[in-house]
Amino acid sequence: MRKHIKSFLAACSLLFALGISQTAAADDVPVAKPAAAASASTSTPLTALASAPAAAAQAAPTTAEAAPAAPTPNKGDTAWMMVSTLLVILMTIPGLALFYGGLVRSKNMLSILLQVFMIFALIIVLWCLYGYSFAFTEGNAFIGGTDRLFLKGIWDPVKATFATAPTFSKGVVIPEFVYVVFQATFAAITCGLIVGSFAERAKFSGVLAFVVLWFTFSYLPVAHMVWFWTGADGIKDAASAATELVKGGWLQQLGALDFAGGTVVHINAAVAGLVGAVVVGKRVGLGRESMAPHSLTMTMIGASLLWVGWFGFNAGSALEAADTAALAFVNTLLATAAAAVSWVSGEWVFKGKPSMLGGASGAVAGLVAITPACGFVGPMGALAIGLIAGVVCLWGVNGLKRILRADDSLDVFGVHGVGGILGALLTGVFASPALGGQGVFDYVTNKIAPDYKIFDHLLIQATGVGVTILWSGVVSFIAYKLVDKVIGMRVAEEEEREGLDISSHGESAYHS
Amino acid sequence: MKLITAIIKPFKLDEVRESLSQIGVQGITVTEVKGFGRQKGHTELYRGAEYVVDFLPKTKIEAAVDDAIVERAIEAIEGAARTGKIGDGKIFVYDLQQVIRIRTGETGNDAL
Repeated sequence: MRKHIKSFLAACSLLFALGISQTAAADDVPVAKPAAAASASTSTPLTALASAPAAAAQAAPTTAEAAPAAPTPNKGDTAWMMVSTLLVILMTIPGLALFYGGLVRSKNMLSILLQVFMIFALIIVLWCLYGYSFAFTEGNAFIGGTDRLFLKGIWDPVKATFATAPTFSKGVVIPEFVYVVFQATFAAITCGLIVGSFAERAKFSGVLAFVVLWFTFSYLPVAHMVWFWTGADGIKDAASAATELVKGGWLQQLGALDFAGGTVVHINAAVAGLVGAVVVGKRVGLGRESMAPHSLTMTMIGASLLWVGWFGFNAGSALEAADTAALAFVNTLLATAAAAVSWVSGEWVFKGKPSMLGGASGAVAGLVAITPACGFVGPMGALAIGLIAGVVCLWGVNGLKRILRADDSLDVFGVHGVGGILGALLTGVFASPALGGQGVFDYVTNKIAPDYKIFDHLLIQATGVGVTILWSGVVSFIAYKLVDKVIGMRVAEEEEREGLDISSHGESAYHS
Repeated sequence: MKLITAIIKPFKLDEVRESLSQIGVQGITVTEVKGFGRQKGHTELYRGAEYVVDFLPKTKIEAAVDDAIVERAIEAIEGAARTGKIGDGKIFVYDLQQVIRIRTGETGNDAL
């Protein structure tokens, strides 16, 4: 019964959206012109992002009978989303791998490159087997369902149709396979981020085992809680909005704003990293031996690739090549530049010298902080977030690091955790139309909701941050302890002294 | 015969080689080394971590010479390597028991 109602709602909304434009030739002509025009802004989400393959899952095939003119993906949107996906791959391999790799000692270079590389590969596999389904199909408020296990049902061989995934604009869709791969890269880079915390001492098999557990029990639920909704097409009035909204993830229902992954990606991974640094323990010789980065040249290349790739991450999260993507694009450029300037200025003043590592770290801090905000805030809001993130994250790797006393080798928490929390909270502030932001889009009235209360949104954002910290913290702790018992999370001391490249992988990064 | 070992500032290597050639030294061996003396190291700062670098890069040259030119060779190295600032390095002189040219089997002064 529920399914029928859903199909009916979806069908009605599609008919409404399409009007008479049934021809579906839709090359570069946006099929959903009427809806897009009605909604003025192309894609400002109601309360959160990421779209709803579940809606797509049911909408596309079932509506095919009721409404022959299902929305056809716009080729420009599709192309942009595939390019964005490639950009996020570029961020991870080689971007993140080189950024991290340059920061370790030369004897551990390959261990970091390989950990990032293999985690990327492993998570992509798991994503297609079960990750996508549990994150982005309808289930309960905490985890999705099994509709898309093994990516089944996206291609319908009987009807010879591909399913589509909705965007944030009514009647605008992208091929669901594109949504699958785009989100796959997010899951992969998030898991890759964690390894920086226990770099130079972790056991390779332990790392992989941990990542499988953490991906399954932390990434997937948090992604579902924050990002899953059934799409805008089902929302036509207050009543349908209410019934549609409760199908979304828990934090989505609360109205938490996370455009591209401040909570899901950065806080989630950073907390896992910090817990890992504590559970795995400090590196042998910490504080007595030099653990200086072996190649800041590599780190600069990695940071630059991250910056470029992040446009796919942030602007791609708009899911369309339109206004919101353009806004996210300019915000990602500006906030990052501002954070690099403020970090380097900060260390110049407080430490005496401007450094390349400071520039690279500042840029990454800015990218992290603008991630949740990039589609919601205005450019000057982004500038403010970047400037603040640069100095606060500088404190994150100095003052805070000394307070925490954990050997977070590559400062995953100091940069991604602090930057992520700051960005998530400031999103609630600078999303306010009074501060140049986009506010919250109301899909019932199809315009921006008139009243935006900063304090209320700040509280919701803080809830999202708190839930993510707790969830990831608890899952990580249990997963590390379990893996440590069964496989071991750490190599033997002699192996650590020799370097993981030779002792774990039987190869050397450099030959002199 | 004597073996002269000198630790010098790396950028002085070319001048030292030139002045040794001028007095007839036929060959030298050069090694990049690190060490400490009276010259202080420096500190490096990577985010929150500060490292004191005590060992500074230096260049070690070794030259085997005939007793007759030892004094001149020492003067040549001193003259070329001196900047007058701390960290100019040191010269060590050892007695050399034997020298053999591997290709011909010549020994002693003939092999220099």
